[in-house]
Amino acid sequence: MKPGHEILVENLHPAATFEEGLAQGKLLYQRCDDCGVAQFYPRVMCSTCGSVRVQFAQSDGTGVVYAVTAVAATGDPYSVCLVDLDEGFRMMSTVVEMPAAEVSIGLRVACRFEQEADEVWRAVFVAAPAQ
Amino acid sequence: MASRLRGGAGPMSGAHPLRGSVAVAGVAESDLGEVGPGRYSIELAAQAAVRALADAGIDKREVDGLFGVMSRHTLPAVDLGEYLGIRPRYSDSTMMGGSSFVSYLHHAAAALHAGVCDVALIAYGSAQRSIGRYGKPVPVSSEGPNYERRYRPRGAMSGYALAASRHMYEYGTTREHLAEVAVAARAWAQLNPMAFRRDPLTVEDVLNRPVLSSPFTSLDCCLTTDGGGAAVLVRSERMKDLPHSAVYLLGAGEAHWHSSISQMQDLTVSATSDSAARAFAMSGLRPADIDVVELYDAFTINTIMFLEDMGFCPKGEGGPFVAGGRIAPGGELPVNTNGGGLSYCHPGMYGIFTIIEAVRQLRGSAGDRQQADVHTAVAHGNGGQLSSQATVILGDESTL
Repeated sequence: MKPGHEILVENLHPAATFEEGLAQGKLLYQRCDDCGVAQFYPRVMCSTCGSVRVQFAQSDGTGVVYAVTAVAATGDPYSVCLVDLDEGFRMMSTVVEMPAAEVSIGLRVACRFEQEADEVWRAVFVAAPAQ
Repeated sequence: MASRLRGGAGPMSGAHPLRGSVAVAGVAESDLGEVGPGRYSIELAAQAAVRALADAGIDKREVDGLFGVMSRHTLPAVDLGEYLGIRPRYSDSTMMGGSSFVSYLHHAAAALHAGVCDVALIAYGSAQRSIGRYGKPVPVSSEGPNYERRYRPRGAMSGYALAASRHMYEYGTTREHLAEVAVAARAWAQLNPMAFRRDPLTVEDVLNRPVLSSPFTSLDCCLTTDGGGAAVLVRSERMKDLPHSAVYLLGAGEAHWHSSISQMQDLTVSATSDSAARAFAMSGLRPADIDVVELYDAFTINTIMFLEDMGFCPKGEGGPFVAGGRIAPGGELPVNTNGGGLSYCHPGMYGIFTIIEAVRQLRGSAGDRQQADVHTAVAHGNGGQLSSQATVILGDESTL
């Protein structure tokens, strides 16, 4: 095998691995063995340095709201956020269990898991208890 | 003259070889607004193409470079070639969203300069408004994977709203600053008989609309219209045979750093900072040298961010910069003199219209909204969710 190929055979379905993690209540991200940068969403290679030596890791699910918009809906507005996780990656999500208009940038949040009606799992966030 | 334009002898020696090497010979819009039932996107693109070729004074049979993309066509340049009866020897359907058409100026300049085509036609059309109202909309899907859809952002609007939220948080940009952008666009539209919305608009009107995706109300968002546009480019030496005074391409630059909004590193800085820097470097000009700015205002935050990223004001000062009517008619910097995507026309992708208006201002043919002494213009396209950016600097004979 050519250099790198032996690693690529271990990492051929990162999107599916991520979804399997969600279904088990795990928020998975990747970290690069070579450059050390955390990466989300999961890929077959490192989008920072190009290495294929990227490994899945489980996030603690805690972070801070980086940006937020409250989206009008038939019922109450819901929030759409970008959350910066403490491990150093960012994802889109929503902060639930509080009015969307009260979700503010800088809010500490913690991850929960829920399944949608279409059976897609989502990592969502709630305000983290005060430390 | 030709040798000077090619970077040979003369005052511009050392200049980028594309600077001044090609010119926009013709531009045109198709029917705009709501064209009614029974019409298709490719028909609007073709109507604009016919008009742009007539404007250029060039026969359709001379076109050998074809540049175009339409959202719901799998083979857009091929479809356009068949429809128009053009058999190009050079084609480009690069799809990077609404900025594609500005990027085509860059691509066409390189192709014309290299001699792989002699007459480049750029065309776009969309009947999205009428198809949505009278026809059966075709669902747009992509293969994925997708890590955003499950959180139900409201289309692109929520992506831009997230950027606005961060800009407001970091720099104190206000709700009123955003509204000023919409108000200025409307004031320009009132001077443009082709504009879709021309009734008066105030900051209060913008703020009093229901919030769709905070901080945006409906009046922070671009229109949904039908429309098409086209432009014809030739090597500069060809212009002496053609009816209009030349509008030269002085600089061009492109950049894209992300596609989905959650992959944008700093939500207050777009890749415009690269695309514009590249275009200005090629042109040898600075923002202070620019007479009119035509930029892709899909949402009110765009105008603020792009003016910053292009260097018309420092990062974070875009809100105060647009306040007090500075970018409105009579202000210090004319921005989106046609009324923009917010008030003039927005048929899915708007980029071609920044070129059309810049050319008209440079020709002095913009009617009631014509600015005095226009020698330089920026046309800037944006695509996706602040994702792909393309900037061109255009100028008249005096800028060579």
